[in-house]
Amino acid sequence: MPLSSSAIRANLLLLRGGGGLFVSSRLASSAVLSTRPYKLHKLESGPASEAQVTSDEARKYYRDMATVRRMETAAGNLYKEKAIRGFCHLYSGQEACCVGMEAVLDRNDPVITAYRAHGWTYTRGVPVKAVLSELTGRASGCAKGKGGSMHMYNHNFYGGNGIVGAQVPLGAGIAFAQKYREDKRVCVTLYGDGAANQGQVFEAFNMAKLWDLPCIFVCENNKYGMGTAVERAAASTAYYTRGDYIPGLWVDAMDVITVREATRFAKDWCLSGKGPILLEMETYRYHGHSMSDPGTSYRTREEVQSMRQMRDPIASFRQTLLTAELVAEEELKEIDQSVRKEVDEAVQAAKTNAVPDPKELYTNVYSQPPSGQPNYRIRGIDQFTWSAN
Amino acid sequence: GGSCRSLAARLGPVCLDAASFSRRRLSFGPQFVYTPESADKSLGETSRMNLFQAVTSALDNTLANDPSAVVFGEDVAFGGVFRCTVGLKDKYGKDRVFNTPLSEQGIVGFAIGHAVAGATTVAEIQFGDYIFPAFDQIANEASKYRYRSGNHFNCGSLTVRAPIGAVGHGALYHSQSPEGFFAHLPGIKVVIPRGPIQAKGLLLACINDPDPCFYFEPKILYRSAVEDVPVNGYVLPIGKAEVLIEGSDVTLIGYGTQVHVLREVARLAQSELGVSCELIDMRTILPFDEETVYASVCKTGRCLIAHEAPLTGGFGAELAASVQEHCFLNLEAPVRRVAGHDTPFPHIFENFYLPNQRRCLAAIKDLIGY
Repeated sequence: MPLSSSAIRANLLLLRGGGGLFVSSRLASSAVLSTRPYKLHKLESGPASEAQVTSDEARKYYRDMATVRRMETAAGNLYKEKAIRGFCHLYSGQEACCVGMEAVLDRNDPVITAYRAHGWTYTRGVPVKAVLSELTGRASGCAKGKGGSMHMYNHNFYGGNGIVGAQVPLGAGIAFAQKYREDKRVCVTLYGDGAANQGQVFEAFNMAKLWDLPCIFVCENNKYGMGTAVERAAASTAYYTRGDYIPGLWVDAMDVITVREATRFAKDWCLSGKGPILLEMETYRYHGHSMSDPGTSYRTREEVQSMRQMRDPIASFRQTLLTAELVAEEELKEIDQSVRKEVDEAVQAAKTNAVPDPKELYTNVYSQPPSGQPNYRIRGIDQFTWSAN
Repeated sequence: GGSCRSLAARLGPVCLDAASFSRRRLSFGPQFVYTPESADKSLGETSRMNLFQAVTSALDNTLANDPSAVVFGEDVAFGGVFRCTVGLKDKYGKDRVFNTPLSEQGIVGFAIGHAVAGATTVAEIQFGDYIFPAFDQIANEASKYRYRSGNHFNCGSLTVRAPIGAVGHGALYHSQSPEGFFAHLPGIKVVIPRGPIQAKGLLLACINDPDPCFYFEPKILYRSAVEDVPVNGYVLPIGKAEVLIEGSDVTLIGYGTQVHVLREVARLAQSELGVSCELIDMRTILPFDEETVYASVCKTGRCLIAHEAPLTGGFGAELAASVQEHCFLNLEAPVRRVAGHDTPFPHIFENFYLPNQRRCLAAIKDLIGY
């Protein structure tokens, strides 16, 4: 019999005095959740149709998705206030993809993605503060403020790339390095539905398959390449089959557990020496392509609204957790509040932290000045810039 | 040292102190005031247009008068990310104005083929920063077609358009000026307009030109440059620079947005330093107008070239080498270039990176004091 919310609240209040928040023992500590159906390409079997999820895991996934959502909303607001300038591509709506995949990857599996990278930057271990500071060009940003929205990095997170599709051959190369060094790791190489038509992507597929590279290619298909709908850009929109000789999996990426099990399957595939695999994560972005794009000149507001109402990854996961009695509603509210606090503090830091030193304009072009030229200066840098300290 | 600080103080508010940088609201990007020009009366009826509307007008004239003409690129059908193709698909149909997939190499290769087959082809690359996957097609196919086939074939009816240049917040991949790479390719033409009237005339000239043309639009001018532009078609000469201000002491050479920065520099040079500057807009990078440039520098004896693209190997290097070769005996000082620094276009400190007024004025001071 489901607990009434007041009973849950009473239990939680009793336990709170102990200095921590303990889940009432009336809730389940784990549950078996079903995954949404997959589609297979050149695979005889696919990922599991059910998965065990513990309440700790459920809390973590919920928290991570909520953090990414709130962080992206904050980034959008900062952009409108002109605290962030340049190009800013928001991930809202696609949270289940990065959180679900990261649930199976560990920090030693390299990841490389394109420019819609803030969600991945967070799940790869960069705190919200460092993400937002990078957006506002502060020294506390994860690339010292020198990269901005599209160029965020961390250990085993190779960015953050601006040129569409250019990161895919890079990902194949990283996978090759893993294989060469006999690291038991997979490289996750992400690209979008727009990039799926780039020639260099196919060059990377060929090399990966030829040399059996442990590379998980992931097409985050959010249905639009900037302003062009997939049907008008691609002769085949079955992106999970576009790897041709590379086996593929279509995943409903609006559900975090579905994504998680697909990633588990893919990682096992690569690590057992079977070569690359391609995952198509069918997802949706609520905002326009970037902050300069309202996102409504090529799709209807009704479409965006209906996705938000019917298929939102966070709301649907929340519902799943409550129905399965895995996490209490009170706890979810607590998580929401704590996330809000974290992001608000990060926004403050991003607005007030120090800007980089002016010398960052001309450092890191090369690894070090050429030998034999102790007074080497970057050409063009003049007395105004050198004396700006 | 001290002299540059006093110059800096005289030139107005300059924030070189990093701490106050974060407190003050500096405006970013190239600093200029756009000076509208007027078109020749003989060109007839005009309409108020900004630069992107002038581009649309040129494309409209082309599609109306040339049944073989097509316009394509990423997202052009709904009007384009910079509104340059608004209304054209509705007016001329989706088989003449259409979206391509996200494949720059494919777009340009396909455009070259279409032009070789004889059609007037106007391809758009969404940002000049993205043109590099297509560089092989441009360098190895487009520029060499006529030469390698002994004039049997050519892709002269090709025009590729792309927005370029600093915009104040474009950072590494939305601000580049790639004209230097293209200046190195015999067989193509490279054109950069400074305003709406120039834009329409030069774009129509490119489209009608018998050689493949690369037309780079300074994106910061799309909205900020507004003029009364003739509604009918007209062409302006390719390969011809224009002297915008006549002067006697220093020749200032620029193109695109930098022309407007240099206008301000010329004014300041006169009022602050008593120096009379002659201002040239190159308009065409390749083939560049040697006659106008050499005549001017031989007259003034001093030359300053300014461009946003990085210094080493930038187009200014070609101009400087050519000027010193042809004007050596008339030069009073070495040719100076003020350009972007030899770094990637930065996300931060764009103000320090660009060839701004202060840097140009400092260079003029050096030229005069040589």
